[in-house]
Amino acid sequence: MNSENTLAQYEEVAGRDVIEQLRQLAAPLKGMRLVHVNSTRLGGGVAEILLKMVPLMQDLGIAASWEVITGDPVFYECTKSFHNAIQGDHVNIPGSHLKEYEKTNRHNAEGLKDKLNDADIVIIHDPQPAAMITSFPGRKGKWVWRCHIDASRPYRPVWKYLREFVVRYDASIFSLSGFAQRLPNPTYLIPPSIDPFHEKNIPLDQEELRHVHAQFGIDPERPMILQVSRYDRFKDPVGVIRAYQLAKDFVPSLQLVLAGGSATDDPEGEAVLREVRTEAEDDLDIKVLLLPGDAHRTINALQRIADIVLQKSIKEGFGLTVTEAMWKNKPVIGGDTGGIRLQVINHHTGFLVNTPEGAALRIRYLLHNRDKTEEMGRKAKEFVRENFLITRQLREYLTLIYALLYGSREWIEL
Amino acid sequence: MTVNESKYGSFYLKDCTLLAMATGKRAQNLRELRELLRDIDTNSIYYHFWGGLLRPRFDDPEYHNDFALWTANSLHNKLLAERLAVIDPMTFKTLDDLREELIDLIEETLNETEYPTWSKRDDQFEFIRFQLVIFNTKTVVQEPKELLNVLRNMSVGSIFFHFIDGRRRNADAQDDFQNWLSNFDEKYDELRDRISDIDPYFSSLTQLRRRLVDVFSAYFH
Repeated sequence: MNSENTLAQYEEVAGRDVIEQLRQLAAPLKGMRLVHVNSTRLGGGVAEILLKMVPLMQDLGIAASWEVITGDPVFYECTKSFHNAIQGDHVNIPGSHLKEYEKTNRHNAEGLKDKLNDADIVIIHDPQPAAMITSFPGRKGKWVWRCHIDASRPYRPVWKYLREFVVRYDASIFSLSGFAQRLPNPTYLIPPSIDPFHEKNIPLDQEELRHVHAQFGIDPERPMILQVSRYDRFKDPVGVIRAYQLAKDFVPSLQLVLAGGSATDDPEGEAVLREVRTEAEDDLDIKVLLLPGDAHRTINALQRIADIVLQKSIKEGFGLTVTEAMWKNKPVIGGDTGGIRLQVINHHTGFLVNTPEGAALRIRYLLHNRDKTEEMGRKAKEFVRENFLITRQLREYLTLIYALLYGSREWIEL
Repeated sequence: MTVNESKYGSFYLKDCTLLAMATGKRAQNLRELRELLRDIDTNSIYYHFWGGLLRPRFDDPEYHNDFALWTANSLHNKLLAERLAVIDPMTFKTLDDLREELIDLIEETLNETEYPTWSKRDDQFEFIRFQLVIFNTKTVVQEPKELLNVLRNMSVGSIFFHFIDGRRRNADAQDDFQNWLSNFDEKYDELRDRISDIDPYFSSLTQLRRRLVDVFSAYFH
């Protein structure tokens, strides 16, 4: 993809004024060396965004690059524990694992020494490479730690350990204010975004949608509601079934699809899946799907053929599945928690609910008011277009660069 | 770009982007909100009244500033929420005056309340501050009529900078459009009146852009 095509493509989706603004904002930053560092090239939301973010930055003239650190299984075990602990799990991490974590960071820092020493801006994503900063005491550029995890209530002993690294950065970024920890350095707030050209979000033809109907035995003539999420108690799949059952008394033709990933590496997930299957087993109109991690087009199709999308979480991070559904013109019935609140605006882009009963009522409302459903779906898509596309996140990264270069001034006039 | 400056001065189109920052200050009830309001930076007060225009927020929220929104949705105090929502920040000379008004209203409510309501732990009022980056576009306008076409393609950042933030910078809290038009003696007074009829507080930036285009379009056609 050449640069003009890429930006031109986004211009069609996000609007000419948005891309023109990016070009003007980025013009003084031409040639600046910016390096993103994370721990995986494939899989997961961070890699997905970087895969598009880095070429877009390059298109704008920034010498952006993306480095991936590597480690052995003990390192990844340790960083998975960090991840869980930041989200509040009480995880005790052996000292040997922490030593391996620091050693792996030092080893990777050695390999990236020249690149990171020369960089004007370094953005370190999540805890995996966070300790690398200790290997660059004489760094010239600005270093930022980007936390993609909800760190509102971390397990304190682990956070205390990680904080020692985090405070050395020039700034940190969290997705929402509620997810942030109090830190002595400036803490920026940049919500995540979706890429309209990812397989998850691209338009699909009718043939492909028909195929997905047939593949999973979904009747296209009857209404279908959908929740896409892991089989996790916080996503409340059993509550979704309960809401469906309550709504089905009034809409007997209703179908429900629960689509989630395989839970083989997660004993808790397996237990939830068993409960879900037990709840669903007598009802042929409930489809409990276990999809592989790369079933992006299938998820895309399911979201498109659904009449309403639910995300009835009890606890949620940002909730990008909500954003994805809204991008497909679907009103979302979401749990009143986390980033869902930022996206689902009652009566405009969907409904926030606290109980299966609340969800059932909103399902019935939307299925009986098709004009309203369509109108809310339209508003949902526009809301995402204005606020949650990758172009907005890119604009905020560019703004961040100026904020880092100009210091704490409130009004920075270029 | 070389500009032949007219005797009335040119309109230099600027643009801006906002970056939100956490302050780490959170309130879970009205007492905490009042205490934090006493010392919070005015930048944060500005953000919670106007910053909503430049961040994810729906076009037509029920309440038009973050204090009213939180009071209604998280404390379920509709009475105070209505009182807070009706505050017009434009009528206050300084942000400190606006701060005093907020504190007064909260005080009044606390005096009438036996027990202050608490929000859920995950639903506290998060004080946020911001940095605004302002940059030049290459567009320079000499004649007011030219503004019509420029407005049609103006970014929401430019609308914010000239139509909202301008009021902070100009005498008589005028937006930049009115301020520039005032250079043309009385020639565009009618247009200025029509612009001043647009209430900036109850619309999204895209709606404001549409209204400005309508006003300029009706005036010049």
